[in-house]
Amino acid sequence: MTTIENEWAERVRAAAAANTPLCLRGSGSKDFYGRAPVGEVFELCANQGVIAYEPTELVVTVRGGTPLVELEAMLAEQGQYLPFEPPHFGASATVAGSVAAGLAGPRRATAGAVRDFMLGVKVLDGRGEVMRFGGQVMKNVAGYDVSRLIAGSLGTLGIVLEVSLKVLPRPVAEATLRFELDEATAIRRVSEWGGQPLPVSATLWQDGVLHLRLSGAEAAVQAAVERLGGERVGDTEADAVWSAVREQTLPAFRPRMGEMLWRLSLPSTAPALGLPGRQVIEWGGAQRWLAGSADADSVRARALALGGHASAFRGGDRKGEVFQPLAAPLATIHRRLKTAFDPAGIFNPGRLYPEF
Amino acid sequence: MMLENEALAFGETERDFSAVDKARVVAALTRVLPAGALMYDTEDLRPYECDGLAAYRALPLVVALPTTEEQVVAVLRTCFELGVPVVARGAGTGLSGGALPHTRGVLLSLARFTRILQLDPLARTAVVQPGVRNLAISEAAAAHGLYYAPDPSSQIACSIGGNVAENAGGVHCLKYGLTVHNLLRVRGVTIEGEIVEIGSAALDAPGYDLLALVTGSEGMLVVLTEVTVKLVPKPLFAQCVLAAFDDVVRAGEAVAKIIAAGIIPAGLEMMDQPATAAVEEFVHAGYPLDAKAILLCESDGTPEEVAEEIGRVRAVLEDSGATEIRVSADEAERLRFWAGRKAAFPAAGRISPDYYCMDGTIPRKRVGEMLTAIQEMEHRYGLRCLNVFHAGDGNLHPLILFDANQPDEMERAEAFGAEILELSVALGGTITGEHGVGLEKINQMCAQFTPAEVRQFFRVKAAFDPPGLLNPGKAIPTLNRCAEYGRMKVSKGHVPYPDIPRF
Repeated sequence: MTTIENEWAERVRAAAAANTPLCLRGSGSKDFYGRAPVGEVFELCANQGVIAYEPTELVVTVRGGTPLVELEAMLAEQGQYLPFEPPHFGASATVAGSVAAGLAGPRRATAGAVRDFMLGVKVLDGRGEVMRFGGQVMKNVAGYDVSRLIAGSLGTLGIVLEVSLKVLPRPVAEATLRFELDEATAIRRVSEWGGQPLPVSATLWQDGVLHLRLSGAEAAVQAAVERLGGERVGDTEADAVWSAVREQTLPAFRPRMGEMLWRLSLPSTAPALGLPGRQVIEWGGAQRWLAGSADADSVRARALALGGHASAFRGGDRKGEVFQPLAAPLATIHRRLKTAFDPAGIFNPGRLYPEF
Repeated sequence: MMLENEALAFGETERDFSAVDKARVVAALTRVLPAGALMYDTEDLRPYECDGLAAYRALPLVVALPTTEEQVVAVLRTCFELGVPVVARGAGTGLSGGALPHTRGVLLSLARFTRILQLDPLARTAVVQPGVRNLAISEAAAAHGLYYAPDPSSQIACSIGGNVAENAGGVHCLKYGLTVHNLLRVRGVTIEGEIVEIGSAALDAPGYDLLALVTGSEGMLVVLTEVTVKLVPKPLFAQCVLAAFDDVVRAGEAVAKIIAAGIIPAGLEMMDQPATAAVEEFVHAGYPLDAKAILLCESDGTPEEVAEEIGRVRAVLEDSGATEIRVSADEAERLRFWAGRKAAFPAAGRISPDYYCMDGTIPRKRVGEMLTAIQEMEHRYGLRCLNVFHAGDGNLHPLILFDANQPDEMERAEAFGAEILELSVALGGTITGEHGVGLEKINQMCAQFTPAEVRQFFRVKAAFDPPGLLNPGKAIPTLNRCAEYGRMKVSKGHVPYPDIPRF
């Protein structure tokens, strides 16, 4: 164990013994996300550094507090990247914070989410024990897949000390096309394209305009551009579009006074929401953002009826229910898992659900 | 903290189920299952005594063959009330003894859950029952130009429920992912008889990622009754390159160079000379017999895309010292290239009365070291080994040849296999890439995980299965077992082969 790990283990044991809630925090770039943070702030940025990176193994292992920008820059030097395109939401976002938040960018529908690239973790649990799960190899079915469980757990299960992520070569070619389409047609069209061997890597619909990104071999992208038509967007403008949607700098993502930003995760073919507010549709129809003052119960009910779920992403009452409530048997399993990792309930209590 | 104490208690030692009374179990299950769905005579139990790992055999108390989810709930509730172990079984093709029956338990076969419930070509999803065969999903989707990507070599026979339980891979998973990457949702029943929906028809679900946890859990957490899989568009075209090398290490380096060039092939497989010779005699694929190793590298996509990638692959292979490079000229030749690789296991069975298949995964750069070590082990154990690898992702399948009728050959084969697995851990890898731990590799888990980690696995299990009745004794070793195996390490710093760096 490193010095930091020893110090932190000590602090966790003391907090567990005293029942002191801890607010695990990287750079704080995602403090807005989830239910309101409570407890004594536990800064995790100091645990930085690259443990191992060999481009030909397609794996990188870094300490949790490593800034995401540093990791991405190191990968870019070798022509590689994190295919889940994690949103930063701040200049000093950390790798562990991105893993804990479990958020993915525009490429999610075709490339996968954080959990799909998790190969291994080293965690500090609520007993102050350091444990490793998974590893640094692509295929590994020894033991339960705890590393993927950690992704998106919002720091409620443990402190991520190290993480091993699968990385991939950057696509050789990319192109972005623009189409004027109404909501229903856009949803239908992207689903139809998704069923064809086309190198689609992202979709974005807003205010009657669909942006479609293609990534892959030069020949494949070129052939798709010719086949699909639409208007070719210049590379600089395209980068700005995809970065603005990933980082939510588009005005549609910003709730005004008294409004909220909802994230609806739905089957990609779900019909138009029919709820009041400004909408952004991503992930081939599977992720829909709704900014406005629609009533929470009707948003949740609509998401459920469409076969998905809704989360209160920004704004609103952060002390209330933020994520879609769980069915009773699942809630029981969640509580038991939380106890398995954090018996004293000290890590980010209530950040995910009020009960734990 | 009762839950915690319970979890620890059954993490320490194997549970004793000797008090389970067969007559009581039969009577209770007869009440909840229709005629023909419960078997308990020895001759009826015999077909279930082993899975694909035939060296391990055991007769269950009874076999339950439910046809509905209500019956699954009833069987599990009954077992929960009576404290009876339950082993779920799909097609029984698993290679690690995961579906080996418990002698004091119920074998719960999902073989009658064979319906494809829904196939939505626009959403590119299929909802299927767990007993549906892997290949049957792709066959049903073919009319829409779609398929289910993970393709374990047993895909004609293996069931999707078993694929989820093992997180099955295949030859295309470097590009298309494992089972865990191709699932959206499962529905299942807990030992307490509760129905759980894990995942959703969307790309994620609220709360913890239980879908990832259940995938690869070897029937230890929940019994599945439905699976929603993703379907992907069938590539328009595929082409395969066969490259020969006069040195296995050089072949391994060529694999790394392909990846370094930014290429993620649809498949990247390697076979050593003994494996090539064994399959060539069997299927006549036209493999070069003088090569020390051959690589198969497949590219798929649009014809333009494939042409571009094959050109780049060829350049890398030439640069890596390949002695011969053949590109499949047509679909027949591509399939012939693959026929040999896919026949590796049967070919081993043809030239040897028995064989033992290993499944370690190591960093790709360590493949040469591993092969050299295996050669030395062949001499030491006096047994031959054929090596076939999913080289693209470092997943090795050494096939150790032996004859169980010869005194101590089985023991030597097991010791040989155990040494390969422990070396896989020491080289920075894992004891199992895609076949699962089951019963077969349970001792080697003690080399890969510390006591704290093993305890944590038991706690995770207890979150789903507090009484520890689902597939007890598999996948996660008790600490007592590890102590007996004598290899439980105080810390990860004290693994075998201390001179080898861990990363």
